[in-house]
Amino acid sequence: MATTDSADGAVLPEDGTAGTDGIRFDGVVKRFGDNVVLRELDFSVAPGERVTLIGPSGSGKTTILRLLMTLEKVDEGVIWVNGRSLSHMKRGERLVPADEKHLRRIRSDIGMVFQQFNLFPNMSVLRNITEAPTHVLGLSKDEANERARALLDLVGLADKVDAHPSRLSGGQQQRVAIARALAMQPKILLLDEVTSALDPELVAGVLDVLRDIANETDITMLCVTHEMGFARDVSNRVLMFDQGQIVEEGTPAKIFSEPENQRTQDFLHAVLDQR
Amino acid sequence: MSDVLSSYPLLLRGAWVTIQLTLYGSALALVLAFVFGLVGLARSAWLRAFGRIYVEFFRGTATLVLMYWFFYALPLVGARFTPMFAAVLALGLNVGAYGAEVVRGAVKAVPKEQYEATVALNMRPAQRLRRVLLPQAIALMLPPFGNLLIELMKGSAVVSLISIADLMLRAQQLRQSTGQTTSVFLVILVMYFVIAQVLQLLVRYLERRADIMLGRRPGREARSPLETLGAAK
Amino acid sequence: MIWDWHFAGKILPDLLRGLVVTIEATLLGYVVALILGLVWAILRRSPSRIVNQTVRWVVEFIRSTPLLVQLFFLFFALPSTGLQFSALVTGIIGLGLHYSSYTSEVYRAGIADVPVGQWEAATALNLPRRRVWFGVVLPQAVRKVIPTLANYLIAMFKDSPLLLAITVPEMLHSAYDVGARSLRFLEPMTIVGVLFVIVSVLSSLLLRRLEFRYGNN
Repeated sequence: MATTDSADGAVLPEDGTAGTDGIRFDGVVKRFGDNVVLRELDFSVAPGERVTLIGPSGSGKTTILRLLMTLEKVDEGVIWVNGRSLSHMKRGERLVPADEKHLRRIRSDIGMVFQQFNLFPNMSVLRNITEAPTHVLGLSKDEANERARALLDLVGLADKVDAHPSRLSGGQQQRVAIARALAMQPKILLLDEVTSALDPELVAGVLDVLRDIANETDITMLCVTHEMGFARDVSNRVLMFDQGQIVEEGTPAKIFSEPENQRTQDFLHAVLDQR
Repeated sequence: MSDVLSSYPLLLRGAWVTIQLTLYGSALALVLAFVFGLVGLARSAWLRAFGRIYVEFFRGTATLVLMYWFFYALPLVGARFTPMFAAVLALGLNVGAYGAEVVRGAVKAVPKEQYEATVALNMRPAQRLRRVLLPQAIALMLPPFGNLLIELMKGSAVVSLISIADLMLRAQQLRQSTGQTTSVFLVILVMYFVIAQVLQLLVRYLERRADIMLGRRPGREARSPLETLGAAK
Repeated sequence: MIWDWHFAGKILPDLLRGLVVTIEATLLGYVVALILGLVWAILRRSPSRIVNQTVRWVVEFIRSTPLLVQLFFLFFALPSTGLQFSALVTGIIGLGLHYSSYTSEVYRAGIADVPVGQWEAATALNLPRRRVWFGVVLPQAVRKVIPTLANYLIAMFKDSPLLLAITVPEMLHSAYDVGARSLRFLEPMTIVGVLFVIVSVLSSLLLRRLEFRYGNN
């Protein structure tokens, strides 16, 4: 493939695409001040794959999700989503830094559920879910409402349609957040420690919903989680991160039963021993 | 004192002018506050700088000085304002500059996570502001706005110095006609105090409504247990 | 050009004389506001309900009513009580009294911010009431609110033109006099306006530097 050098030195294929669908990280470096959070990271996720990222805090897992969701920008390297670069776009013959329109096109394929749910407090549950479909996707009010009710059914909250988010438990709020993300029909779903802020007895409810989604759709899922049981049930692949790099990857069966890397073993010991 | 009290129609007319000035002045100030507050949040550095100049300049002026300038100096370069217009303009421009800082601060104070959620849902910048960030910011703006409203009302008294017949001017007239200085001023001080308390009540009512909108307080959407049981879906 | 530079230069000394009076009135009024505000704040914490409620409503009354009205009240009413003050002194008292209602709130917030533990430790050491206040609580309370208090100095400066209504020869008054005498208002009003903005903006910048230094305490 003929390549061009972009302004920051990343090497991009000449037609401005990566040729493949799915997600690809190419030599990605991310710094926060003096702290290097991601070092020359290379990995890919195929469409429909379920990948779980595990590892100690600060290892860069959440940063990966935030970069994909365009909440942060890479310092070096390129991220490809379904053949398009998150940092550059093609304008005629040249490659220029991506503008908001380009980012929005890519974002339309990606959805994210946050650790703190982040539901909008100035809206009811129904409006939280229909807001973006109505104003971003251009759905009519009826279509949006229909979609929202179907999703609320899916997450088991059909009776909470007009409730206010502050009246719901953490687990219920997170399920609404999942419905809200799914209402945009993303191809890729990012899950950032979505059960870590919940009381233990509410965790199962949310994980069940996610398991259903994994079984009944072919949406690509990228999860950062400490819930090893869930990871084992749902993932095709598990990636162990440490200090901004992947130290080991493999199927859940392999990683959890026969980890090869010392760091992985230490980490799993510490996490699983706490249960 | 009885002289003063029997002249209450005169004072009421003055109070009405004061209230009108407060209303028009705050309407202008509100518009300017939102315009320049949002300009201060713009992506373009040029736009932000432009907003900054307005804010710093009009925060740095005194309402009375501004009003005098509109009334005495401006006619010499062609623009002739009526006293009322000069007064409302001066009040609105001055308080609007403070209001702009309140608007800007309130939007920035909305938790960053709300902003991130709007990005995740692929909303356009204008949509993020209008549908999620501003509604939440308004609840944060109300207490400082309440203070500014009272400041504006108090500030309106200076219009008497360019002969606008507000409560303060009527008091002067009454003082001259009855010679009862202390009584006159005590009465209008009480009247101003009452207006201020009414304005405070208004603001507190708006704060309660904002709380209901944000679900911090049960409002009409709160249902009794019986209703909830009866609502079968 | 409508603007007459020659005239502007000629009237500058008059305007600057007014500025001196403005600064005098502002600084002295500020001192009054600082001291009186502290008195209100301390009285508000009195165990006697009569005292603290009276102070509360007096302060609220002063805060909710226009400074101009208060100035006129003092100017016309004080002489009948036997106290003969010059216009400037009346103005200083008026400014100080009005702004003491703001500074008292600032002090109250600062005092409330001092952790309860400080009070308890001081009492446990059997320090007399006066030492508890002046040695332990107030130093901490005041340090925290210095930037907010400084803000009110700038605000008072901008309110000083009101003193012209009670015949104090401050800056705006000088401008008006010059204008009325020569029938040219453009230059004096504009110069005074610009001077106000310059002083205010410079003080704000200085204040921000102060906030920076005291904020990192």
